[in-house]
Amino acid sequence: MSVLARLLRQPFAVAGLALVLGFVALALAAPFLPLLDPNATEPANRLAAPGAAGHLLGTDQLGRDILARLIFGLRVSLAVGVAATLAAALVGGIIGLVAAFYGRWVDGALMRLVDVLMAFPYLLLALAVVAALGPGLTNAALAIAIVNVPFFARAVRGQALGIVRRDYVAAARLAGFSDLRILVSEVLPNVAPLLIVTAATTIGWMILETAGLSFLGLGAQPPQADLGSMLGDGRKVVAAAPHVAAAPGVVVFVLVVGLNLLGDGLRDALDPRMKGAETGVPQPATRVERGRAASGTLGHEASGALANSVLDVRALSTAFATPRGSFPAIRDVSFALRAGEALGIVGESGSGKSVTALSLARLAPTPPGTIVSGEVRIGGDDVLDLSLDALRRLRGDRIAYVFQDPLTTLNPLMRIDAQIVEAIRPGPGEGAKALRARARALMADVGLPDPGRIARAYPHELSGGQRQRVGVAMALANAPDVLIADEPTTALDATTQGRILELFARIRRERGAALIFVSHDVGVVAHLCDRIAVMYAGEIVEEGPARAVAERPLHPYAARLIACAPQLGQPDKPLAPIPGAPPAIDARPDGCAFAPRCDHAIDACRAGPIPLEDAGDDRRVRCIRWRELLGEAA
Amino acid sequence: MRLPGDSPPPHAEEPSAGRGLEARNASSPLLEARAVTRSFGGGGGWFGAARPALVAVDRVSFALRPGETLGIVGESGSGKSTLARMLVGLLQPSAGAVALDGETLDLGRSGDRRRLQRRVQMVFQDPASAMNPRKTVGASVEAPMIGLKGWDAARRKARVAELFTRVGLAPGHAGRHPHEFSGGQLQRIGVARALAAEPAIVVLDEPVSALDVSVQAQVLALLRELRDGSGLSLVFVSHDLAVVEALCDRVMVMRRGRVVEEGACRTVLAAPREEYTCELVDAARRLAA
Ligand SMILES: Nc1ncnc2c1ncn2[C@@H]1O[C@H](COP(=O)(O)OP(=O)(O)OP(=O)(O)O)[C@@H](O)[C@H]1O
Ligand code: SF4
Ligand SMILES: [Mg+2]
Repeated sequence: MSVLARLLRQPFAVAGLALVLGFVALALAAPFLPLLDPNATEPANRLAAPGAAGHLLGTDQLGRDILARLIFGLRVSLAVGVAATLAAALVGGIIGLVAAFYGRWVDGALMRLVDVLMAFPYLLLALAVVAALGPGLTNAALAIAIVNVPFFARAVRGQALGIVRRDYVAAARLAGFSDLRILVSEVLPNVAPLLIVTAATTIGWMILETAGLSFLGLGAQPPQADLGSMLGDGRKVVAAAPHVAAAPGVVVFVLVVGLNLLGDGLRDALDPRMKGAETGVPQPATRVERGRAASGTLGHEASGALANSVLDVRALSTAFATPRGSFPAIRDVSFALRAGEALGIVGESGSGKSVTALSLARLAPTPPGTIVSGEVRIGGDDVLDLSLDALRRLRGDRIAYVFQDPLTTLNPLMRIDAQIVEAIRPGPGEGAKALRARARALMADVGLPDPGRIARAYPHELSGGQRQRVGVAMALANAPDVLIADEPTTALDATTQGRILELFARIRRERGAALIFVSHDVGVVAHLCDRIAVMYAGEIVEEGPARAVAERPLHPYAARLIACAPQLGQPDKPLAPIPGAPPAIDARPDGCAFAPRCDHAIDACRAGPIPLEDAGDDRRVRCIRWRELLGEAA
Repeated sequence: MRLPGDSPPPHAEEPSAGRGLEARNASSPLLEARAVTRSFGGGGGWFGAARPALVAVDRVSFALRPGETLGIVGESGSGKSTLARMLVGLLQPSAGAVALDGETLDLGRSGDRRRLQRRVQMVFQDPASAMNPRKTVGASVEAPMIGLKGWDAARRKARVAELFTRVGLAPGHAGRHPHEFSGGQLQRIGVARALAAEPAIVVLDEPVSALDVSVQAQVLALLRELRDGSGLSLVFVSHDLAVVEALCDRVMVMRRGRVVEEGACRTVLAAPREEYTCELVDAARRLAA
């Protein structure tokens, strides 16, 4: 959706746009309208009331037509406001860009300057500038522009700082581009939306500020009219003829309100987070709408309920709203876990691993997500039926998560021990001291070296591996029955990864927690888990004992996935990439989702949904040809 | 000349320090690091005592020959990326130097940086951050042809089409924006951009770490093709030993900014000599088992 379309969806912004366009049209058309000369005095007809003959809005103390002065004054105020805004945006933008781009002392010097400017109350500073340059409309505009430069400089610098660290700026350097060219072609286009929004939201203020200076007699000089000087004129006769001040007052008010509504609307329209099909407040739990029951038919019964399972997932489907409608990201996912058992979920990016993991505790984002079918049973309760309160207790107490990089989930401003304490649900009568002791014990338990020092550290002071241990400690705080780890070691190097995996293995052994381990590395999962579920396009396509699946995959997709991973000690392994890419959720083919990329696909594969079939030896596979293919391989 | 604490003797023969014409025969080094060192921070603080500098890369030396593929491995924080950025002139060494065709370059001078960048280009780790979201990918790939070669528009267009085909994408995709591509496609476009100005060497900083296994296989296949088919030299930075072994002739193991072991890739990874390399290899083997 275009920026304009998103702007037009907001009623307040549309109102603002209409007001502003009306005022601009009026100002532009002023010379062509049948107006009286705004500066022609008519002493005989002073302070005429609105509606007097020939003077729709009356006259002022010199007998000048207020309507004409108002429209020409509006023209002047708008022009001055726009000019001052452009000047401030240009200068502030350049300062911000240069400061961010060159950093170090250039940044230090420029930002010190901006801080000094900002330290003065703006009116005082504007007055000082006008006092130095002399009164007049141009100087007033200049003063207002100078006063507003710091806002632009700061906003642009903040945004540009993030951009100059991007690799594409480094790539432009490597392409032999000059600094100027990099600033103009790489950095500027990416701060332009922010610059526009800042300008749109400040222009109203700048018009007001200019009017303020004119009101004080420092801006527009007689006989020229602008909204501020008209207010100043009106003030002198406010008791006798209130309409003289009221007319420009109302116009200033409505104009500034219109500009601010438009500016806010523009800011929202340019915000990329508004791009989704469905917008709205994020919900604390994924919405559940199991209207269309009985979708859990395919392969559901094959998974069978497991005796004494801690987690039993049946026919779980979660759909996401897209601009083209609602489509399931995962469908009919069923599995069960016993205490102490570990299930690895593998698959390509976008195969639905994270959506599966998050849906279990209703953490998949709503909007746009909705759980449309299934059950998630933890100790007898169906999580999808729980009240929000019960769900909150369940999260952390019975089911806990570890994510890829805890840096994104840890509070950067809080010490580590405080964050772990916060994760612990205190027992009855347990004081702060006892909680801290428990936090220390947890830290020791996950193998954090020197817990005393790390307890007092902030997240950024820890290495990736240490942060991940903190994440695990927090997840273990209330001894959950089920621990879900979504790619917890992907960001780590092999050595650190190995140590974290050992930690997970130990937790399982010692605490008897069931583990769901999401990864796209089959080797890692086979190493750690008892069972593997291979996902493709939102479905489990193969499931079974880890070793068996890793060594002798039955599903063609699982086989290709394992074949394309390089393996240490086999430098000449062919690494045949799987051609093409997995389907998007709204473009899933009928029949086998893997058919377009499968070497063994036949017409029957495309005919209709493929059930997850029992393949013996505690294995399940979603392929109609697995038996044949097994025969060929043997 | 060898400094005390310099990298240990490589398994391969010592590079000749020759200069000028006689250095340009087939076996003489194309790109060298000569005791390259880089430290960050440190110096006198305004308040309180001076902080000690962090030495990210500590007197690293190596030589890269034409057509050779050198892997640089080590755990995170071992200085691999810092070294890679110095090799393309994005960072200046605090001490030591980078040499091209036997000639020492002064990376503080823009002329020398330009000379380096005409021969050495880079592929970045995160394909999403390596492409300007507001430019077409074709424009990104064209950039080095404008900045380093000064080619006219027709020639650039032809070259972009050729490069897109080479990395396995339709030439028509050049007019699209980065958000229309998957991570693997973007990384292949990143490779196309690195090849745009016909460099002799491409430095790849963890080019497949952000990609999942199947997409990684696509990019690795492309890199193997480049290695075998074009006489290009590659410097391949990665923490994944299996990936390095699948691609590289030689490997250099780094730890805390220093080179701990260097040699033929298969030999070093199959029978590491140094204790630290053993640790790395064991950790990787245990995961694969
Ligand atoms: N908030 C969302 N809005 C719309 N679609 C989404 C959302 N989150 C996920 N999806 C879609 O759901 C599908 C499954 O995504 P998911 O994140 O589970 O994949 P994944 O297997 O975890 O991949 P990765 O390996 O990249 O983490 C994808 O097609 C994705 O585009
Ligand atoms: S069902 Fe057919 S297309 Fe799908 S994986 Fe099996 S053989 Fe391939
Ligand atoms: Mg995921």
